[in-house]
Amino acid sequence: MSAPAESAPSQDRAALARARAAAQGSIRWELLSQLVRKDLKVKYQGSVLGFVWSLANPLFQLGIYYVIFTKVFTNPAPDFHVYLMAGLLAFGAFNTAVAGASTSVVGNAGLVKKVRFPLLVLPLSGVGFAMVQLGLQMPVLLVIALISGVNFFGPPLLLLVPALALLVLFSTALGVLVAALNVRYRDTSHFVELSMLIWFWLNPILYPAQLVKTAFDRAGLSDWFWLYFLNPMATVVSTFQRAVYQTPTYLDQGVSKDLLVDGGYVYYLRNLAIGFVLAGLLLLFARRTFTRLQADFAEDL
Amino acid sequence: MAQPVISARGVSKRFLTHSSKATQLKERFVKGRGLGTEEFWALQDVDVTVGEGETVGLIGPNGAGKSTLLKVLAGILRPTSGEVQVEGRIASLLELGAGFNGELTGRENVYLNAALLGLPKREVDRLLDSIVAFSEQGPRIDEPVKHYSSGEYVKLAFSIAVHVDPDVLLIDEVLAVGDEAFARKCLAKIEEFQRAGKTILFVTHSLDLVTELCTRGIVVDHGRVQYDGDPAFAVGTLRKILGTDRPVGAPAAPTLMGGITVRAAVAATTRGGPASGRFRAGDPLHLRVECDVLPGDEVYPGEVGVVVMGAGDIPVFALRTPPGAGLPAVPGHYCVEFVVEAVPPLNGAFILGVQVDHAETGLPITARRFDDAIWVETGTLPGLLDVPAKVTVTQA
Repeated sequence: MSAPAESAPSQDRAALARARAAAQGSIRWELLSQLVRKDLKVKYQGSVLGFVWSLANPLFQLGIYYVIFTKVFTNPAPDFHVYLMAGLLAFGAFNTAVAGASTSVVGNAGLVKKVRFPLLVLPLSGVGFAMVQLGLQMPVLLVIALISGVNFFGPPLLLLVPALALLVLFSTALGVLVAALNVRYRDTSHFVELSMLIWFWLNPILYPAQLVKTAFDRAGLSDWFWLYFLNPMATVVSTFQRAVYQTPTYLDQGVSKDLLVDGGYVYYLRNLAIGFVLAGLLLLFARRTFTRLQADFAEDL
Repeated sequence: MAQPVISARGVSKRFLTHSSKATQLKERFVKGRGLGTEEFWALQDVDVTVGEGETVGLIGPNGAGKSTLLKVLAGILRPTSGEVQVEGRIASLLELGAGFNGELTGRENVYLNAALLGLPKREVDRLLDSIVAFSEQGPRIDEPVKHYSSGEYVKLAFSIAVHVDPDVLLIDEVLAVGDEAFARKCLAKIEEFQRAGKTILFVTHSLDLVTELCTRGIVVDHGRVQYDGDPAFAVGTLRKILGTDRPVGAPAAPTLMGGITVRAAVAATTRGGPASGRFRAGDPLHLRVECDVLPGDEVYPGEVGVVVMGAGDIPVFALRTPPGAGLPAVPGHYCVEFVVEAVPPLNGAFILGVQVDHAETGLPITARRFDDAIWVETGTLPGLLDVPAKVTVTQA
């Protein structure tokens, strides 16, 4: 056995080795998709209906709220279920993403402690899982909308693109942060779970945003209504609604009423801009926190 | 000198004992920061540089810090102080399971694990058959790995680790889990890696493996490197630490002087022929011993002796360089060739013990053993020798 000669191939090998070290340390799409696939498989392993369950949850929520808000309490707004659906789906995806991300590092302790890989993909896979689910839920529920005679095709539908982008960005930012914190303080995931119950009501999902605006107006704080949209999820939810719910105003006993807070585009784009800035800042902070804490993950688990 | 692939400088690792860790906010607030903290230094000021193509055995008593060092080098644990740098793709086999998910099938775990190691999917598609074949799982590859036995777990994990073409292979005491046939296969694979110039670092308690396989041994005790160098010396150092270097009451074994290392000992049927190590009685036996006379302050002339030993280290016969015709006191790489015209009618697997002594004083310089280096298949009866005998049965 002779020592490897110090020659050109050896130089090439050194370069290759560096490239491979980089590949092992950077976040790759392939790794992310493998992890998401793993989560999907593990979640629906051994269940007969499998993925149908991920549709059952929002459908039931929709059904229950629909009965309550149109049958129990009378509600003259037309196609209220489409409005409900838009908000429920958007917030449901956010909830799944952040909750999934919060336990992603702790839940993959076996990997974290034994393999060197970019740990940041773990919370990202939690978000990815939620987005895959959303991707399957959206068409089904849009079909329901179509069946009930709501035509949502039109320019406003394009608003879904930036709204989805903000949803992904904000979920990722918050997910990365709570994933890192949850390793040191296991309370975090419980705290997230409870927060989501409150957070749900901070968004115009079951009530129209117009209701909040009216409250601001009555208090003489009309100029301060934008504060409501410092919650990026309120922006995501209301933009989702604007995108698929095409009847901004309706008549209630002869009086014109708004279910949406604005029937245009600029209003939403402005809110989205605020949301992107906030979510972007949060992501920077979350990433820094994650990078600072991740070196101790293997030890803390 | 080959370029360093792994380099650790002044690495220390402190662990805080579990009880003092505030994993819940409540505890954190109640206890406050640092109150009641008990610390434990698993590693203290460790310097290790491993060059390309080296095979390093990391040995030491239980709790010495070997596994911690491996995890720090693997980039899984962050050193409390010091610096670690590793070039290339690292495949690590740490403890059991190496990051498998029990719910997933073997096949799915292969894809997940390879993705974690930075391998593209099409590459895994290409390697899959080979991985499955090596792991000996066959159709079981489509069963969830939670139904695997611990041996099967390790087989699959090892198979993945060696197939992803790593530049650096870190192994933590997992080779002992598989059955003997698999262990042999693993060793063959590791030898193949050595020939390919890959860097291997493994933790083991099997000291024979260190002298047999490693080009270097590192002894870790109490979080510090106690010895770093020739594998035979490393093993000797550890045995001294453990107190197993001599039977109770026996005189201390002579210390080795060093300055010469034995690189390899190979048995073949023809000169320069393939080193199968397999013989039949009567075959010619060509024994090649490769030694390095190391440059240094003192360079000694060496006499090379080989002892062929059977089970239980029973010496069967020995060979030795004639006086004055051994290794000269000139640094360099030497081949010593012994030719035995006909292999005696031995039976079974035999160990080659190589010892180099000082040509003038007779003091031992280095020693190394090669287990199962010679196989002779003569008869089917037990015993080191196959003795032909005439047998008659008569009625008395």
